[in-house]
Amino acid sequence: MTGAVPLLLAVTTHPSWVDVSVFSVAAALVLAGAVGVVVARNPVHSALMLIMTLFGVAVLFVLQRASFLAAVQVIVYAGAIVVLFLFVIMFLGVDREEDVARDPLRGQRPLAVGLVLLGATGLLLLGQVSHWVTGASHVAGVDTGKPNVELLGTSLYTTYLFPFEATAALLIIAVVGAVVLARRPPSGADPEAADGAEEGAPATGAADGATGAATGAPDRADGSATAGPATAGPATGSTGPLAGERHP
Amino acid sequence: MTITAGWYLGLSTVLFAIGALGVLVRRNVLIMFMCVELMLNAANLAFVTFARELHDIGGQVLVFFVLVVAAAEVVVGLGIVVAIFRRRASANADDLHLMKG
Repeated sequence: MTGAVPLLLAVTTHPSWVDVSVFSVAAALVLAGAVGVVVARNPVHSALMLIMTLFGVAVLFVLQRASFLAAVQVIVYAGAIVVLFLFVIMFLGVDREEDVARDPLRGQRPLAVGLVLLGATGLLLLGQVSHWVTGASHVAGVDTGKPNVELLGTSLYTTYLFPFEATAALLIIAVVGAVVLARRPPSGADPEAADGAEEGAPATGAADGATGAATGAPDRADGSATAGPATAGPATGSTGPLAGERHP
Repeated sequence: MTITAGWYLGLSTVLFAIGALGVLVRRNVLIMFMCVELMLNAANLAFVTFARELHDIGGQVLVFFVLVVAAAEVVVGLGIVVAIFRRRASANADDLHLMKG
């Protein structure tokens, strides 16, 4: 086991300028994408910037010989999660410009910037002066020169078998939760009555979801456009014109 | 000049800070979710860095679990966003000041 470390060092023998240049490009991608996610006004642009960041992180994974995770990163994150984001953005029709300059909570943004800068500086300083390594290494198996997938699979199915099974339960719960949350209440009823009716007719809820999408959405949007500003005051003032814009 | 673990951890810190800033500053619920993903990725990067540094595959296994949890979290979170949006046509976090929709 201890002989693994020289072997490991022998594996990564490519010249260091390759490391440096790949790291620089990937880090630039990651940071540019992250800043883009935060500053973009259009949620669709944010999602595309998020893809850029995720690709940069995948490149950094490859650079650190985590090739399986790099593949999973691209497939699961860029391929599934961001597509889900884009799907919801398009589905809800919120892909319009947001008024970033409006600040309902006065002084919250400068405070947030200050706090984040303070925290990040503290973390960087801690990284400079303290020693993170506790000495308890090699708990889950030594990262030898063996293929990354083989190591990961062995560890996952031996040491981490119970957590791995628990993730299966977690995914099932997430699927059930998503189905329950996204189910459309029966159309034609007001939201208060729909809550009660939903319990009585669970089987028809999914069936008339397709037809409810066509008939239910416009009058709901009209209702919120008229009732929104009157009941909720100036905080929801921006939703009125937006809803009216979609369904004139 | 070689790229040591410190560079990766520094990048991870900056990425986490940008994600936290986004969650605090932006109002759109969807963009806040994306910023949470940024923070998760920063943590993943730190995990992989420590896995390489300590020659321990456990860090990479943990990244695997974080990916699973992130997928589940996004599915449920977006389901909640869709459910909220159906009640009131807005994805603005400031408009959501009532527990009852």
